Amino acid sequence: MLKNIFRYFAQAVFYGLFVAVIGYFSSAPAYVHFPADMALIKASFSHAGQPKEECRVRTAEELAQLPPNMRVPMLCGRERSPVTFELELDGKPVYRAELPPSGLSRDGVSTVYQRFPVAAGRHHLRARLRDYSAGSRIGPPKAGPERESARGEPQGGGEHSVRVPDFNYSKEADVELAPAQVFVVEFSSRGGGFVFK
Amino acid sequence: MIQQAGRRFFLLCEAAFDAAFGPRINPFYHLGALSFFLFWTVVASGVYLYIFFETSIGGAYRSVEQLTHAQWYLGGVARSLHRYASDAMVIVVLLHLAREFVLDRYRGVRWYAWLTGVLLLWLLYASGIGGYWLVWDRLAQYIAIVTSEWFDALAIFGEPIARNFLNSATVNDRFFSLLSFVHLGAPLFLLLGMWIHIQRISRARTNPPRPIVIGTLLALTALALVHPALSQGPADLDTVIGTIAPDWFYLPLYPLIDLWSPRGVWWLVFGGTLLLALLPWLPRRREAPAAVVSLANCNGCGRCFADCPYSAVILQPRSDGLPFESQAAVELDLCTGCGICVGACPTATPFRRVGELIPGIDMPALTTADLRAQILAAAANLSGDGRLLVFGCHGGPDLSSYRDQGVATLTLPCVGALPPSFVDLVISRRHADGVLLAGCVAGDCYQRLGVEWTEQRIAGQRDPYLRRRVPRERLAAVWAGPAGDARLAREIAAFRERLRALGRYRPGAAVTPVSSSTHPPEADDDAYRMG
Repeated sequence: MLKNIFRYFAQAVFYGLFVAVIGYFSSAPAYVHFPADMALIKASFSHAGQPKEECRVRTAEELAQLPPNMRVPMLCGRERSPVTFELELDGKPVYRAELPPSGLSRDGVSTVYQRFPVAAGRHHLRARLRDYSAGSRIGPPKAGPERESARGEPQGGGEHSVRVPDFNYSKEADVELAPAQVFVVEFSSRGGGFVFK
Repeated sequence: MIQQAGRRFFLLCEAAFDAAFGPRINPFYHLGALSFFLFWTVVASGVYLYIFFETSIGGAYRSVEQLTHAQWYLGGVARSLHRYASDAMVIVVLLHLAREFVLDRYRGVRWYAWLTGVLLLWLLYASGIGGYWLVWDRLAQYIAIVTSEWFDALAIFGEPIARNFLNSATVNDRFFSLLSFVHLGAPLFLLLGMWIHIQRISRARTNPPRPIVIGTLLALTALALVHPALSQGPADLDTVIGTIAPDWFYLPLYPLIDLWSPRGVWWLVFGGTLLLALLPWLPRRREAPAAVVSLANCNGCGRCFADCPYSAVILQPRSDGLPFESQAAVELDLCTGCGICVGACPTATPFRRVGELIPGIDMPALTTADLRAQILAAAANLSGDGRLLVFGCHGGPDLSSYRDQGVATLTLPCVGALPPSFVDLVISRRHADGVLLAGCVAGDCYQRLGVEWTEQRIAGQRDPYLRRRVPRERLAAVWAGPAGDARLAREIAAFRERLRALGRYRPGAAVTPVSSSTHPPEADDDAYRMG
């Protein structure tokens, strides 16, 4: 009898320890993933660079060599230019990369996803992008409202546009970042260039 | 070295649990079955939660909160059970893995169960981590972002999947449909994998004994009531997660992704998986020579087929023209050479007088004829009162130190390899005054079923039976395992005292019924019966 009582008690202790370990480690100890006084800038976009070569008209001789069902007059190369992206924070470059086009034929989009923890507070941000190759026959797109340096929508700060000859998209702004805020630098050619939000 | 230290650790823990639970319901001996039970607990609680779960960004968090607080007595308990049983499954599975490793049950023919088990770890973690996303609280946000950044490090996606979580505008309800699919699909694949995992063993235990089921369920329910699982605030992708309370059973590597590097963690998990997967071949273990069938002596009764713990013996249509339906055959890749098939063979009897002693199935490493010769030789050296012949096994205590003029020992691959007729031979022909079987801990036979089959054969519940004429008071069993030296010494001394009191066996004396008298009273706890 006494032995059985001891056994049941010991079993209860073991079961109790088992679930105590589960209960504790299922939600503790806490882990600090990101300092409370910092903000996070995420720079990310997916953008297809300009075609590396201009389309040209096939000669009659070239067309004659093709099967009748494939005689398309225009010949366009598939390969796209890499996209050069540069981000400056408070006048200092924090990221610069030449983003290659995706795909086996290098005809896909160039993508980037980068995180930049920064101290909360006021910052000056400048993003620039070039989506053509310097040596390619296709030069920078002609200047126009959407090709000019775009005006952003700053969060609490002023902004101004600048013309940068080497980049066909540029945007800069003063931003006020709250602690734990996520500030996103995106790019959309259809949306006019960089989007700060 | 690691194995030795681990073995000592497990033996220590198991001894403590044996004292509390007894070998029959010691959870350490049922870790695999307990994993199955916990899986079904997770499934049952998950089905209930899914009835009320809304697969949308706003609805997911809201519906889980509703379940947790407004329906705490059922939905809240189900949610907590869902989480805690999942956590318990991680602990049990990892203990199962570690235990099989330190007890050297992962090499040789067991490579298959080991390899499939290692791969199941991925599915277990995918199932558990996927579930945390569905709550769509701050923890889910943390997991979603870190997981996607971690996968992006593989550079196999056209676009970074972390772009889906840039801010609150980039996620949508379709995302939750995908997550639901993942969280339903991964456990289904896990279940399929668990089924594959046990395919190369016979009579796999997928249900733990009822006391363990009740104890585990009560303990988890108590935890659910005392410390319910709670959400950590709604996800908000416009703010970054600062401090988080992770589930460390599923997310121990996540901080490493932050602190180290995503690619470094991939190297760690791929490398770790590869190392674990290759362990059975580092080095490879050569099993004892496989069992051999003698068709001339096999009548195709199927007892070896029924008793083999590894499904290594199969029955085939008769090929030699003898008037039997089937014949036994051995799958060489599956045979561990445990000899349990020989113990089951009715032709493996030392009383045969016609020709050579060749049973229908035999072990090349220790043939039945050799076993009889060794028994007779060992018994011939016994003298004095209380002469005892001890049969041990490779998974039991080391018997070498017990030999003296009154005690002879023989070590078999498994006690289940001993045909009951040999016990009859020793006692009824008075080669010794008694027989003691010293094997693995009851419920944890190294060869899976040797102890169980031996007990059933002696108790007359399984062919081949130990004949009723064998006086059971002259037979004892100690299922103590490799750490049971002290206990075995005590049992041997006590048993010899009883044998001395009984005197020499006289055939025709009163026969004790075949029942629980096989074991001395103090060994009742070890009278293990499966299921």
